Amino acid sequence: MLKVEEQTPVQFSSELLAKFDDVKSRYPEGKEKSALLPLLHLVQAEFLWVPTSAMDQVAEYLNIQPIEVYEVATFYTMYFLKPQGKYALEVCRTGPCCLVGAEKILDHLEAKLGIKEGEVTADGLFSFRGVECLAACGFGPVLQISPEYTFYENLTTDSVDKLIEDLKNK
Amino acid sequence: MSRKLLLEHINVPGINTLEVYRQKGGYRAVEKALKTLTPEEIVEEVKKSGLRGRGGAGFPTGMKWSFLAKPEGVARYLVCNADESEPGTFKDRYLMTYIPHALIEGMIVSSFALGAKVSYIYVRGEMMPQIRILEKAIAEAKAAGWLGKNILGTGYDLELYVQPGGGAYICGEETALLESLEGKRGNPRIKPPFPAIAGLYGCPTVVNNVESIAAVVPIINDGGDEYAKIGIGRSTGTKLISASGNLVKPGVYEIELGLPVEEFIYSDEYCGGIANGKRLKATVAGGSSVPVLPANLTLKLANGEPRLMSYESLSEGGFATGTMMGSGGFIAFDEDQCIVRNTWNFSRFYHHESCGQCSPCREGTGWMEKVLHKIEHGHGTMSDVDLLWDIQRKIEGNTICPLGDAAAWPVASAIRHFRDEFEWHIKEPVKSQQQNYGIANYAVPIEKAVEVKSEN
Repeated sequence: MLKVEEQTPVQFSSELLAKFDDVKSRYPEGKEKSALLPLLHLVQAEFLWVPTSAMDQVAEYLNIQPIEVYEVATFYTMYFLKPQGKYALEVCRTGPCCLVGAEKILDHLEAKLGIKEGEVTADGLFSFRGVECLAACGFGPVLQISPEYTFYENLTTDSVDKLIEDLKNK
Repeated sequence: MSRKLLLEHINVPGINTLEVYRQKGGYRAVEKALKTLTPEEIVEEVKKSGLRGRGGAGFPTGMKWSFLAKPEGVARYLVCNADESEPGTFKDRYLMTYIPHALIEGMIVSSFALGAKVSYIYVRGEMMPQIRILEKAIAEAKAAGWLGKNILGTGYDLELYVQPGGGAYICGEETALLESLEGKRGNPRIKPPFPAIAGLYGCPTVVNNVESIAAVVPIINDGGDEYAKIGIGRSTGTKLISASGNLVKPGVYEIELGLPVEEFIYSDEYCGGIANGKRLKATVAGGSSVPVLPANLTLKLANGEPRLMSYESLSEGGFATGTMMGSGGFIAFDEDQCIVRNTWNFSRFYHHESCGQCSPCREGTGWMEKVLHKIEHGHGTMSDVDLLWDIQRKIEGNTICPLGDAAAWPVASAIRHFRDEFEWHIKEPVKSQQQNYGIANYAVPIEKAVEVKSEN
């Protein structure tokens, strides 16, 4: 649920705004609203989530109403509306992955990280959640880590342990 | 070995680069199309090929193209649907990852045929690595003069952009995809008007799946008639099948349409049989939306003839004994899998992905999830099975887009073919929490596993 009153002021860098300009140029004149989804991805890659103040600035940039940004940000599941861990792990939990053990991976992450789905570890490094089909069904179980969305396939509890250690030492 | 048209060079090192792709004959179709064919002739070749949309609906691509309105002075668009999200389907991701230029080449030829000057590839947002791959490949192609102004000196201009989605299954529906591409929520539009008349920004638009567009390349290279010789009946050409679940070798396979299902599952050229020496219990042959079939009906039609991997054979028998080709997402369930649990899982998926626009889908998918959760966790009553049947029946056909049907069919087919397993969960609430429905309980017993002797 989006809490509009929650304000975490953020500043867009000139590099970020240059990326915005590049995206905006892909659409015909007057249709710049098409840039909205890509811009929100750029915001998330920068701040690791999408604060309301960022949405307001995106609205201003695209010359649209803030509500047009909020309704999009809350509709699509990829946008984090609250802060996540530095590494936000997303495990596919749809049918084909479950046939090959995705539920075990989710249980294992909960035990290993000592947090529930949607929570962030005390050191701020990790959060995790189950997501729906990631279109990698033949290589399940799979997880992805935002903001790069790197993929890890054919997971086992051992490979998840190793992945977490690697990320901790990064 | 069957013929490969899309994945012929998939194992060539460096095939993801323009240089190697060119060495293997890449971009010949662009040269041929732009220099020797008119847009009308290209549409005609695609019509002759019999190519049917590879995203799920199976509508003839050439026919879809011929519906495109061409009013003077109005832009036309080609949008590639790379929002691959149907559970069990991962062929487009595979194609874009390993041979991105096949899609870009197909986009250039198709855009030329449709008269589009700007085209978009709408890729689901989770596929950021694939988006980076495509953007790199597009930059390569542009630097080499295959995109941009005055391509090959023919006077044809084309800009190609990649658009990321935001993580919504519904955006695979073409009008929801267009809404999303316009920067809005992915709510499907009421049709008509169809996108061919009023699509992106209200302009005439064609939306095609990744695989359909890539298939245009061999069609132009070899001719539509040659393409139509492959396959069986109205199922022409080759099809990418995403195989997942309890298989020895899950993965993406290119098959000639008409391959027997049994061969696809058990031959070493394809999936190599069921993993861990187990037996096949059921399959979902075309992505999670299509009806689940028990093993016997997967391998054979109701009349005992072998079932083939083709649009017609898979749907033979209607929903009573058949299923659908769908997007080619082939999910295999071994003997230990629980149909109730899987149906609950799929229902949760559809509930999660319903856009909320139509009440039957928004409310119905939630109810199905709740009732299935109840049965799966040992709290069901006999009337729940009838309730489920009633809900799915009231969703099907009563929504703007096919997501409602897609949510209803897996539930209906699971009850149709595995009702005894639902009833067992209800009659044995304690036992059902400790073990899966035993194979001996099947209404249609499946063959005993042949003992495989270890080679050691």
